[in-house]
Amino acid sequence: MAKDVAILGVGMHPWGKWGKNFVEYGIKACQDALKDAGVAWKDIQFISGADTVRCGYPGYVAGATFAQALGWSGARVASSYAACASGATAMNTARAQILAGFCDVALVVGADTTPKGFLAPTAGERRDDPDWLRFRLLGATNPTYFAFYARRRMDLYGATDRDFAKVKVKNSKHGLHNPNARYRKEVTEDEVLASPMVSDPLRLLEICATSDGGAAVVLSSMEYARKRTTKPITIAAISTVTPKYPNTIIEMPNFATDSAAVASAPEVAFRDSIAGAAYEEAGVGPEDVSLAEVYDLSSALELDWYENIGLCTPGDAERLLNDGATTLGGRVPVNPSGGLSCFGEAVPAQAIAQVCELVWQLRGQANGRQVQNAKVGITVNQGLFGHGSSVIVRR
Amino acid sequence: MGKTQVPAIEGWFTTEAQARLLGSRCKKCRSYFFPKEALFCRNPGCAGTEFEEVPLSRTGKVWSFTTNHYQPPAPYVSPDPFVPYTVAAVELAQEQMVVLGQVAAGVDPKSLRVGMNVELVLETLYQDDKAEYLVWKWKPVNG
Repeated sequence: MAKDVAILGVGMHPWGKWGKNFVEYGIKACQDALKDAGVAWKDIQFISGADTVRCGYPGYVAGATFAQALGWSGARVASSYAACASGATAMNTARAQILAGFCDVALVVGADTTPKGFLAPTAGERRDDPDWLRFRLLGATNPTYFAFYARRRMDLYGATDRDFAKVKVKNSKHGLHNPNARYRKEVTEDEVLASPMVSDPLRLLEICATSDGGAAVVLSSMEYARKRTTKPITIAAISTVTPKYPNTIIEMPNFATDSAAVASAPEVAFRDSIAGAAYEEAGVGPEDVSLAEVYDLSSALELDWYENIGLCTPGDAERLLNDGATTLGGRVPVNPSGGLSCFGEAVPAQAIAQVCELVWQLRGQANGRQVQNAKVGITVNQGLFGHGSSVIVRR
Repeated sequence: MGKTQVPAIEGWFTTEAQARLLGSRCKKCRSYFFPKEALFCRNPGCAGTEFEEVPLSRTGKVWSFTTNHYQPPAPYVSPDPFVPYTVAAVELAQEQMVVLGQVAAGVDPKSLRVGMNVELVLETLYQDDKAEYLVWKWKPVNG
């Protein structure tokens, strides 16, 4: 418990294709989070920005960019880039500052403006960049990798197209009343299965879109929080683990896995180790979890995460889904926010947005999508080039 | 009559009839790497800094595969009109690693199965006025 930090406030800019500068999304999220926390910007001692690399120079130095936009206050600053795990890394940076006693209260923010369609590598002739090369030599888009995992589920566990469609149906229902979700429309299995094939077996409605969006949280020491509230929501763990060698599951943007010919594969595979490290740090287990926000880059990938965060054993995710356990009202609702399925992806904001949802759920403020009596929530996420990310929040 | 054929990337594969991918192997712990590692061994239990170039197994088993039906962004060089293409992840037995590659032209993705034996072939990935650019692809054995 000594290592908890408090989440005093949360805020978001709704996801969508708004065509604005990313700073505007971030500022809206910051202002909402500060208001929610009851903390003035000038009282924030540390600002931690999650970077976006598609927004040029200000995006690379997100912390200072947002500090300038909010009005220079002399706050200390950091900027973090970890692809999709950028938001968790930025939260971890702020948490470490607080736990080290360097500051009492910090603002964490991530926001993004994305292009339409596939996330493409950085432009130019970049023959030493594996991310550039995978597009050039293989045409291996992000959904290509998601499809490998989906196909494996079909082969190993007998997952069907209809199972994958059901994940999308569930999440579309969850996101219906979420004011920050981009897509608020119920879809049927047949509609999912009738949508165009993108990367076989994954269809258009099963792959997360790229979106604009922003999210922010105000973190503080427990002592600072107790002066303001008797029931603070806390971060009990943030996992930012890297894989262990040899990483034997193919991952973006790599051409090949590590070889297990000399060093044998680790006992715990990378995706399992992400949540595993968070559980260990928080001193809780999957059985304690009331809800989870997982990174459903594809509908099929959500099923992988059920197993990776220990909600069921490998091969049992389809049963968990079909039994309704992960639906609102079920034993452990997954993606009550609607997930990436309803939000789309705004890379540096995503991991922060997952935590915002947990806070609303744990406070009982998730109108229209509330998980009853939620006590412990977990997020999980993975950034390319080996960035694990998982946050455990409790009340 | 044909244009000059050149590898789409230098040093990643041989261009002989029975083409092979070129990886590297740590001289100390004998770990394989593809693409080649040349600086420092990525096995955390090894501090090797010397590597030898090694051709990798030219056959393997399909770990997974997918057919992409949407045109990817640049730098993929897409034929006009766009043609869907299949990418496979293939397990090499000796190296115990999975290597990606497009699937050879003309292979019906419906005929592919996880666990199927495939072999390495070279095909033209794209061309411009100057040359045809070759890349490795996976093709079912006897397929």
